[in-house]
Amino acid sequence: MSDIIFGLVSIVIGIAASYGLYWLLNFLLSLLPERISRNAAWLAFLTPAAVLVILVLIVPLLQTVVWSFMDDRVKAWVGFKNYVDLFTDKRFLGILLNNFLWVLVVPAITVAIGTAVATLTNQVGPTRERIFKSLIFMPMAISFVAAATIWSYFYSYVPPGRPEVGLLNALVKLSGFEAQPWLTMDQGRLNSFLLMAVVVWLQVGYSMVVISAAIKNVPEETIEAAQLDGASAWQVFAGVVLPQVWGTVMSVFVTVLILVMKVFDIVLSMTRGNFTTSVLAFEWYKQFFENSNIGPASAVVTVLVLLIGPLMYLQIKTVQQQEALR
Amino acid sequence: MNKIAHLLRRMNLGSTIMLIILVALWSTPTVGLLITSLRPRSVAEISPWWEALLNPIGTAWTLDAYQNSLAGGMLSSLINTIAVSVPATILPLMIAANAAYAFTFLKFKGKEFFFATLVALMVIPVQSSLIPVLRGMVWIQRTFDVQLTGTYVSAWLVHSAFAMPLAIYTLRNFMMTLPISLIEAAKVDGASYYQIFWKLVLPMSAPAIASFAIFQFLWVWNDYLIAFIFVGEQKSVMTYQLLRLLGQYGEGWQDVAAGSFISLIIPLIVFFSLQRFIVRGLLAGSVKG
Repeated sequence: MSDIIFGLVSIVIGIAASYGLYWLLNFLLSLLPERISRNAAWLAFLTPAAVLVILVLIVPLLQTVVWSFMDDRVKAWVGFKNYVDLFTDKRFLGILLNNFLWVLVVPAITVAIGTAVATLTNQVGPTRERIFKSLIFMPMAISFVAAATIWSYFYSYVPPGRPEVGLLNALVKLSGFEAQPWLTMDQGRLNSFLLMAVVVWLQVGYSMVVISAAIKNVPEETIEAAQLDGASAWQVFAGVVLPQVWGTVMSVFVTVLILVMKVFDIVLSMTRGNFTTSVLAFEWYKQFFENSNIGPASAVVTVLVLLIGPLMYLQIKTVQQQEALR
Repeated sequence: MNKIAHLLRRMNLGSTIMLIILVALWSTPTVGLLITSLRPRSVAEISPWWEALLNPIGTAWTLDAYQNSLAGGMLSSLINTIAVSVPATILPLMIAANAAYAFTFLKFKGKEFFFATLVALMVIPVQSSLIPVLRGMVWIQRTFDVQLTGTYVSAWLVHSAFAMPLAIYTLRNFMMTLPISLIEAAKVDGASYYQIFWKLVLPMSAPAIASFAIFQFLWVWNDYLIAFIFVGEQKSVMTYQLLRLLGQYGEGWQDVAAGSFISLIIPLIVFFSLQRFIVRGLLAGSVKG
């Protein structure tokens, strides 16, 4: 009970305090002469956001880059040692390979399934469309940890002699093969691909919703014209619809790509990075929380930021294009 | 014969069947865990969940796992999660709405530069700043004796900061569609910028604020990393408890299964009741990478 009261009180205080902050800033501003306060008004609106972004995002980001050149306890400079260590470590190169595989597989499959579902649901009438879309979209509300639980159970393995409870192994046995401890099998990065399936499962809903809206915006006339010319359903899709929604498909692709670069929770919850499933974001977690190596952890995350850097450029380009359309 | 074929085509049977298969594939893992959470452990260990699905009357059902899970810490975690999520949704929206207002309607030097910086920050991974922020908070604690780590406040601050770029960006995009003449008219009538914001712009931005609020709420509710680092064990949130339970599934899947569904109740209610807003928000670009 005291927990509930404490929680409620802190919620109210927190929100009241931040409202009070804006009131105070504007009050201070109103004490200044009219001419100055009009021109400085933006400060009162922007300062809290700017302080937050600078103190919690920008300065720490720069600090991380600086620390990546220091030792475990950030007491002494070590130059590029952390980076040299990383790139001469076979295990780290394996981690980079994993990130590369994630990026190669997940965005493409997510966008492909999303486009397929969007196209199919567009043909079955509003009621069925709504139901199907809801069910595909539902994982969107699920946390990575809960998703990991759901899928760990799906992949689960019990020692021989006991009845299977995991569906995957039950199906495997039904087909006449041996049950396997799937999540520990890193031959050909099999287990990493099984983790990727979970993220695809989570993200297809997003890609479906956005692509579906784009498909609905395709002018009817262009489709009808192609149908009159005798084009098959596939030809209409590939020749008329797809080119018109391609921009949207690419923007979804980039969004999922950025998400996948940072994949972390799924790896932590399902394998704890064991059995060669580790990725950059997980390696950062491990270096910091398990080994308390601040320098190396900072180097790992700096590598991640550098790899995401080019995507930042893409992001700004997309925004600029949207601005130009306004 | 031809009539039937025509009717089938009109019902789009092919597409419907493909979708049914896909939806079945999509839902099966969730259904499996849900059924398991509702069965007694002794039964679930020797009979797989699909047997219960095929014979729902002949098998035993129980809510024991839910009781265990709630008593075993899930209930207090539920409260902690609410205490983290609600302010971590409202605060960033309030701060971002103020900033978006400045970016949309006020003139100041360096506006384009600040905005480009925000857009660039949208893709930066949270991990890149968490260690310095954590150490900064520990330093504040030592120097000023203000406890930040292990409290809700630290999680609110960090979540608010990470929400800023996307929140300001989406809210500004919406505010740019508001009729500027209305704001000019208010200015002529002598309203201050402060009054224009609270009385005019904020209420008119309600749709955009609502859809971003849903995203931010789901995001914070489902977050593990920030809650783990800044709130930790004392006020553990549900993802934290769930991960702990998942580490102990050797003792049976029931508790972790029930825990998962307890953690899903509120997000799923939000999801199904506000789906329309979610779709609108996605289309306006409010999705976290």
